[in-house]
Amino acid sequence: MKKILITLIVNKQAYEVYLNPKTLLVEAIRDHIGLTGTKRGCETVSCGACTVMVNDMAVKSCSILAVQCDGMNITTSEGLETDGKLAPIQQGFLHQGSYQCGFCTSGMLMATSALLRENPKPTKDEIKESIEGNICRCTGYNSIVRAVEDVASGKYEEGAL
Amino acid sequence: MTTETKKTEAKKEDQTLTFGLSKSKPIILNTHIPNIDGIAKLTGRATYTFDVKMPGMLYGKILRSPHPHAKILNIDASRALALPGVKGVVTGKDTLGIKQGIWRRYQDLCDEQILTVEKVRYIGEPVAAVAAVTEEIAEAAIDLIDVEYEVLPGVYEPMEAMKKDAPMIHDGVERNINVTRHIEWGDCDEDFEKADYIREDHFFCGGQAHMCMETRCAVASYTPEKRLTFYHSNQSAYYMQALMAGILGMREGDVRCIAQYVGGGFGGKFEMDGAIFCACVLSMKLFRPVKIVYTREEDFIATKRRTPMHYWVRTGVKKDGTFCAREARVVSNGGAYTGMGATALYLTGFFHSFPYVWPSYRYDGYRVYTNTLPTTSMRGFGAPQAMWCSEQQIEWIAKDLGLDPFEMRRKNGHYAGYEVPGQAYIGSCGLDEALTIAKNWVAEKEKKGLPKNHAIGYSAAGFMTGGIFNWFDSPYSFSSAVVTVNEDGTVILHVGATEIGQGSNTTMAIICAETLGVRVEDIKVHSGDTDHCPADLGAWGSRQTFMTGNAVIKACEDAKKQMLEFAYARMGGLNVIYDLDIKDRWVHIVARPERGMPWTDLCKFATRGKSGQRIMGRGFYTPHRKGMISPAYSYMMQAVEIELDPETGHLKLIDSLTAHDCGTPINHLGLIGQLEGAFSMAAGYGYLEYMPFEDGKMMNPNLVDYKMIRATEMPETPIAEIDTYEPDGPYGAKEAGEGLTNPTAAAMGNALFRGWGIQMKECPIRPHMIVQALKEKEEKEKAAKGAKKGK
Repeated sequence: MKKILITLIVNKQAYEVYLNPKTLLVEAIRDHIGLTGTKRGCETVSCGACTVMVNDMAVKSCSILAVQCDGMNITTSEGLETDGKLAPIQQGFLHQGSYQCGFCTSGMLMATSALLRENPKPTKDEIKESIEGNICRCTGYNSIVRAVEDVASGKYEEGAL
Repeated sequence: MTTETKKTEAKKEDQTLTFGLSKSKPIILNTHIPNIDGIAKLTGRATYTFDVKMPGMLYGKILRSPHPHAKILNIDASRALALPGVKGVVTGKDTLGIKQGIWRRYQDLCDEQILTVEKVRYIGEPVAAVAAVTEEIAEAAIDLIDVEYEVLPGVYEPMEAMKKDAPMIHDGVERNINVTRHIEWGDCDEDFEKADYIREDHFFCGGQAHMCMETRCAVASYTPEKRLTFYHSNQSAYYMQALMAGILGMREGDVRCIAQYVGGGFGGKFEMDGAIFCACVLSMKLFRPVKIVYTREEDFIATKRRTPMHYWVRTGVKKDGTFCAREARVVSNGGAYTGMGATALYLTGFFHSFPYVWPSYRYDGYRVYTNTLPTTSMRGFGAPQAMWCSEQQIEWIAKDLGLDPFEMRRKNGHYAGYEVPGQAYIGSCGLDEALTIAKNWVAEKEKKGLPKNHAIGYSAAGFMTGGIFNWFDSPYSFSSAVVTVNEDGTVILHVGATEIGQGSNTTMAIICAETLGVRVEDIKVHSGDTDHCPADLGAWGSRQTFMTGNAVIKACEDAKKQMLEFAYARMGGLNVIYDLDIKDRWVHIVARPERGMPWTDLCKFATRGKSGQRIMGRGFYTPHRKGMISPAYSYMMQAVEIELDPETGHLKLIDSLTAHDCGTPINHLGLIGQLEGAFSMAAGYGYLEYMPFEDGKMMNPNLVDYKMIRATEMPETPIAEIDTYEPDGPYGAKEAGEGLTNPTAAAMGNALFRGWGIQMKECPIRPHMIVQALKEKEEKEKAAKGAKKGK
């Protein structure tokens, strides 16, 4: 298949990538751009480890072709922190211990970030539903839910700490 | 530091310290300390083996056996080698053909070649491996390798494999019996005579996949210096180094294993696997780095799994509920190779007696080879199976005898100071308190009234704190640590413990900070690299906090003693060196804590005083004279509330309570994480994680069909921590990582029994089994009613 040139805007940085059109977004991010914070845990769009935000929506990056995201804004776990300051969701995860091995963490961060953008005051059930497509084998999820609740309660807003 | 800030800091410390020191209590243990590798993991910076790239790296793929049992007659790789981009192919003939196993002490238990030479014994077994410039080419190449097999008859169930005419899976292993284990104390025959009531049951416990989020993966690089370096997702860097050296005929010191960030282990990643072995063999042949990453399907069908077990249990009790004797026989499905299966077989037998006092106990276990995916250790290590059977049967006995099940458990429960005859000494035990907490929770809930179709069940459990037996035949102490103090007061801690997400680096930093008297942020922890870290058996059997923790304490005490020599000389006027201590970066006289000097000053004096040497402390720990199994045991009670749809048999977890004794907690956040995480894995084992095989083939090797607990299925998991003090533990701590995998399945079974009167004898409990049990119960009741009417 003939390679094509596309532009992916990842964490506010535009990258021109020349790739086979069948390349998945997760492959473009990890292998072409070299940002390895986004993980892969399956081949069946079941585990959510590769979740990123595409135009502020949570998307499993193994379920979409890179070419479908040409020109779009993509955020990965590397793009949450600014100037060394963790984003509220990262602070929440850190404080609640919402990760252990850390392999699902990028996906969890992106799924919950997208939720909070769309719905800043989610209920517990809404939080759980937002990460239903993400498997965590370590934490049992409750610490992740607590972290999102903390963030939603404004605990980590500017000056709240 | 300016004099002014020094002053304010000293003043600040005066205020906090005088209070804290008067009792000389730990000030860092069990406080809220986020994981020290947390930020790296939350910013995507943590580099897992899955992320490693090396210059000139090739990608490998493994050709796997499609047959459960077959002889390899010929392998022809010429078509694969002709494919552009393919750099090399290896088969068993490229290896030394050494049979390896983690039970190195016993040659006959080392039965797996990884890249098999003559015969395949399960579907998915590695037959050949390819290295190519891209993963796609490697994948295309494995389809071009022609293997000629002579298919042999296979056997998949242990009961069949034990029969006289069953196919022999390993040459010379009669009836495919791989390992037998016997545990006995007291006189069972005599004590059964004393029993007023005897109950006998058969159970079956299924397998379970470890399902680590990071599949098995490895990057190996062999260089002309005859040295091998590999990155590998594993639970014990030292084991992997030693095993690899043995199987490749190299010196251990020439092999370096790096396992810095590991995407989960759960008992499945401390044995040799195909990814690392094939990557190493390819790299040795090609002198290029080779990376192999398992797909999720490969991770399901070609690693190992929790051991399925057939359990037969006979229990005798007195009318008042006093236990007389128990007898158990287990036949476990060993799959094709031994792995850690020998340990699982022993531990299931031991933990089947847990956490109760049995005047007599007899256990016979048989592990049988079959042509299925090998079985091994998995979080709980044989104990979830043991508890599934034991805790349900105890509940049924209490009902049969009309006794309070909590009180019957209490009456027969372990206690501190109890000696399990010939097996173990119980140094601390919070079971009694756990029973009270759980009993009150259940009583309160049931008093309030449960909604329709809800019920509560509960189960006790206990677990070990690391193993004592040196089956690996390691010449080194079980755990070691080296602590280095820099002139500026920062501290470097090297441990052989492997951080796999359980928070071991953080726990070691906490122990180090507490013992030295500094803060967690002063400490850098290095682990998971055999070139730089001392040997340690690694993360399995809930051993690291206890054993590596003890080694860290000893290393820090060694360093601290050297430091205090200088402080003593500086401060003078003291009778003995022990009059000095360090807390929160303040070196002081214990009796008068306001008199002292900052830690950083002491570091400067001490470094110069040692003619420029950095202060280093070393610590080692190996458990001695602690019985057969483990130096310490955790205890717990867990209650779960479930909701059942009796029409469909669909189960839902609603609420839970865990009363848990892990000694003195050290890493608070880590502890909560371990307990909540264990719950989700244990609940999955109870009702979701079903691994069906047909003719040796796993039928659901993907995350769509293999069901696990997801966020919406997870109930609340409040934890009541019971503080006990384990005399041998670091600051009184003991196991917390695995034990809670043990009670949940049984608690769910007991909820079905208490709510609907049905007895579940197979786990995971699947909906059709519940529907069937309810139907049978209804028919039985109808028949009984009919008989009554007929009279």
